[in-house]
Amino acid sequence: MRINPIRRSLVAVLAAACLKPFAALAATWNKDGFGAKTAADALKALGAGNPLPSKDLLIEAPQIAENGAVVPIEITSNVPGTTSIAVLIDKNPFPLVAKFDFTAGALPFVKLNAKMGETSDVRVIAEAGGKHYVATQEIKVTVGGCGG
Amino acid sequence: MAARIQLPGRARRGEVIRVGILIQHPMETGYRLEVDGRKVPKNVIRSFACRYNGVEVFRAEMSPGIAANPFLQFHTVALDSGELEFSWVDDAGQPGSAREAIEVI
Repeated sequence: MRINPIRRSLVAVLAAACLKPFAALAATWNKDGFGAKTAADALKALGAGNPLPSKDLLIEAPQIAENGAVVPIEITSNVPGTTSIAVLIDKNPFPLVAKFDFTAGALPFVKLNAKMGETSDVRVIAEAGGKHYVATQEIKVTVGGCGG
Repeated sequence: MAARIQLPGRARRGEVIRVGILIQHPMETGYRLEVDGRKVPKNVIRSFACRYNGVEVFRAEMSPGIAANPFLQFHTVALDSGELEFSWVDDAGQPGSAREAIEVI
């Protein structure tokens, strides 16, 4: 069968258009950060090698988590101009848990449920005006949540 | 992938609204073993975004460190009546989406 080049390119454009919303979703995923095995490497991948400690970053989480599979963590940033918040759990196999971006009026607040393998420091990194700020809280885990 | 959304159906203009979403997804870490000893392949929702009347307000990049059936909550400001649209994609490339209407008075 002969391939019609015009039709071929049309098919490609249409396919690209259909996939675009999800391609856009996948494009921002920070591969280096999420693949990092130490918190220091993950911070470097986020461009936050040396974040400033800040009292304006609030972490609300249990001091003792009974079940590491579901640890509720609530984060509020009162640092003016916060555009993103990242969560790191130092002793998880891959410390970077998630990164959240706030745009168009969304407030720098997020609540999530994390998994924790063992007792660990939880670090929260906020980005504001090109600078990074950090707050840390230790969460003790009685039963780990990484399965296996 | 089913999802449940928490959103006030009606809000005053300029009011801060709390948006919550729970997505049904195993968030497989890649560490868990099948009965026969094989590893269950890693599969997590890696990207999530929420658009309010077409404008992105919130985006999340996630890892296996997020609990199964991820639940996220965030705050945004009620601007106009319309719709919040949520979309996400997992490691297997499986996309999902949900939408919910809001009336602003």
